Amino acid sequence: MIKSLLLKISGSLKFFIIILCIYIIFAIFNTEIFIKSLYAFWNLFIEIIPVLILIYLLIFLSNLVLNSKKIIEVIKNASGILGYIISIIFGILSSGPIYMWYPLLSDLKEKGVKNSFIVIFLYNRAVKLPLIPMMIYYFGINYVIILTGFMIVFSVINGIVVEKFLTQKK
Amino acid sequence: MIHLQIQKAADQTYNSIKRSILPLLSVLLAIALFMSAIPKNFYNKIFTGNGFLDPLTGALFGSVAAGNPVNSYVIGGELLNQGIGLAAVTAFILSWVTVGVIQLPAEILMLGKKFALLRNLFSFISAIIIAILVAFILSFI
Repeated sequence: MIKSLLLKISGSLKFFIIILCIYIIFAIFNTEIFIKSLYAFWNLFIEIIPVLILIYLLIFLSNLVLNSKKIIEVIKNASGILGYIISIIFGILSSGPIYMWYPLLSDLKEKGVKNSFIVIFLYNRAVKLPLIPMMIYYFGINYVIILTGFMIVFSVINGIVVEKFLTQKK
Repeated sequence: MIHLQIQKAADQTYNSIKRSILPLLSVLLAIALFMSAIPKNFYNKIFTGNGFLDPLTGALFGSVAAGNPVNSYVIGGELLNQGIGLAAVTAFILSWVTVGVIQLPAEILMLGKKFALLRNLFSFISAIIIAILVAFILSFI
C-alpha cells in the first residue's frame, strides 16, 4: 500500500516531503534553527521573485521564438566555436541563482540544444560581473583575471567532456 | 496565427512553471536550512594546512555550501587572513559557485540524472585543478 503510494508520488514531491520532514524534526528538537531557517527562506523567496518573473518571461519568449523550427535548427546545429562563444557570453551575463535557470535550460534541452552548451552556460554563470569589484577587493586584480580566464577555458573543456560521456552512454 | 502562437507559448510556459515551482521551493527551503544550521566560523576549523588535502577539503565544503557567492568571498577572504592556502580558498570559492550538492535533486529532476551528476563531478574536479593552477601561477607574480 505505502510502496504503491510512494511509486505514484513524483520525484519533486518526494524531495519536497523530505525537506518538510527535516523542517519538522528541527521544529521539534531545535526551534531556534527552525525559526532562523524559515526567516532565511522568506528572505530568499522575496529576493528571487523579480528574478523568477524575468526567468519565466524569458521562457515565454523562448517558447514564442524557438517554436520556429528553423531557429531551433540553427541552435541545434550551432557550429562548435560559435556555440561555445554564445554559451559563454549568455552564462556570464545571466543573473540569479543557478536553480532558477533549470526550467529554461530543461526546455532548451528538450528542443535539442546540445548538452555541452548547457554545461558551458551553467559553468560561466559562476563568473559574476557585478561581484568582480568585491572579488578584486578581497583577492587582487591578478587573481581575478587569472581565475576568470581559467574558468572560461575549463567551462569549454567540461562541456566537451560531459557531452562525450553522455553520447557514449546512449 | 500570431494569437495562436502566443497562446501556445503561454501554455508551454504555464507547464514549465507547474513543473518547476515545487523543486524551486524545496531548494530554497534546503538552502535556508543549511545557511541557518552551519555557522560561518565553522569553515575556519576544517583546513589543516596540508597543501594537497586543503584544496580537496575546500572543494568538498564549497560543494555542499549554498547561498550568495558574496558569502564565499567574505569567508574566503577571512580564511586567507588566517593563513589558509590560496589553493584551498580558491577551490572553496569555485566549487561554491559551480557545484551544487543541495540543488542536485532539482537539477536531476529538470535536466536529467546523468547530465546533473556528470556536470557536478567535472565541476568539482575542475575546481581543484583550477585552484592549484591559479595558486601556482600567482606564486610567480
